[in-house]
Amino acid sequence: MTAVYCAFCGKEEADGDHAFCRQRLSMIDPPRYCPECARRMVVQVTPDGWTARCSRHGETASAR
Amino acid sequence: MTAAPEQIDVLDEAREQVLERGVGLTEAQVLKVLELPEDRVPELLALAHEVRERWCGPEVEVEGIVSLKTGGCPEDCHFCSQSGQFPSPVRSAWLDIPGLVRAARQTRDTGATEFCIVAAVRGPDKRLLSQVRDGIKAIRADGNDIQIACSLGMLTQEQVDELVAMGVHRYNHNLETARSHFPQVVTTHSWEERWDTLRMIRDAGMEVCCGGIIGMGETLAQRAEFAVQLAELEPDEVPLNFLIPNPGTPYENYPVVEGAEALRTVGAFRLALPRTILRFAGGRELTFGDLGAKQGMLGGINAIIVGNYLTNLGRPAQQDLDMLEELSMPIKALSQTL
Repeated sequence: MTAVYCAFCGKEEADGDHAFCRQRLSMIDPPRYCPECARRMVVQVTPDGWTARCSRHGETASAR
Repeated sequence: MTAAPEQIDVLDEAREQVLERGVGLTEAQVLKVLELPEDRVPELLALAHEVRERWCGPEVEVEGIVSLKTGGCPEDCHFCSQSGQFPSPVRSAWLDIPGLVRAARQTRDTGATEFCIVAAVRGPDKRLLSQVRDGIKAIRADGNDIQIACSLGMLTQEQVDELVAMGVHRYNHNLETARSHFPQVVTTHSWEERWDTLRMIRDAGMEVCCGGIIGMGETLAQRAEFAVQLAELEPDEVPLNFLIPNPGTPYENYPVVEGAEALRTVGAFRLALPRTILRFAGGRELTFGDLGAKQGMLGGINAIIVGNYLTNLGRPAQQDLDMLEELSMPIKALSQTL
């Protein structure tokens, strides 16, 4: 899967600088936008992980 | 001859007043602490640590939290990505009972004694309370005896009584900030409404957990005001959060609180609240990084949330447990809390 969209801000990866987004995703944020279609995902954070569900592209989960 | 009040060093005062007698600092004294120059912060933290050891003991209370109902909240708390009034990317989600049981088990497996069930609501409706009741029963049926806390917004007396009957031993309801600053942070309900819920919780015999968020545009004087207002409430626990500027919220462009300022705040709150469980909560990862978390633990903190938060991620629980071991800080056992 190629990430077309930024999972933090939902904008195109090719559009602008996403260094801040990557920093947040590496530290304290689960993905909020589907990297394939930029739909907002339904995210559930649990004590040791997260799941993120896109209505079109299904569910992804953190590595536990 | 007695020294004039302005000549008395506030840390000398605190040593006699807080460390020796267990009397928290006044608002004016807390403000002086918050205004200490950076080169005196190590001295402040050392004193705050002594106070914590003297009046709370060496144990650290470990807690995990989970969001039972995420997003879609009707309130307009300006720091919160779960408000339905802002264009936040956080979507509504409900955690099912098996998911709640798993989350409680994950928390228990870290050695935590507290598991807090949280919902983004103004106050609980019948459906939410029913979900909490079923969830607690299922957690117990799973053989998990962890202490259960809840954070479900503002309560009626009837709802307080229901939570007591369910066996909820502690209730979290943050005042968030100083009374004088609250109207700049929330407009859909008042500081006083939150205070009323807190009094009902205390009167019903539940433990009171009440803290707030540092870095929401409050002045140092308002930070001191907040510390003393919390002390007046006499909460069992105070969770200290540092603002995470989340996208879509009115505070998304606010700066992250700097580490030295945050540590000064930790020390000052400990000197205002010598006997309270003072917990590191959300935002510490951004504000402190790894090094600062240790300094905070050696500067008055005696409790932490391990693992993830409600919508943001924390450090892996094991990383914090390793830190406590490195600091030779024992984790409070469940037997001590029952």
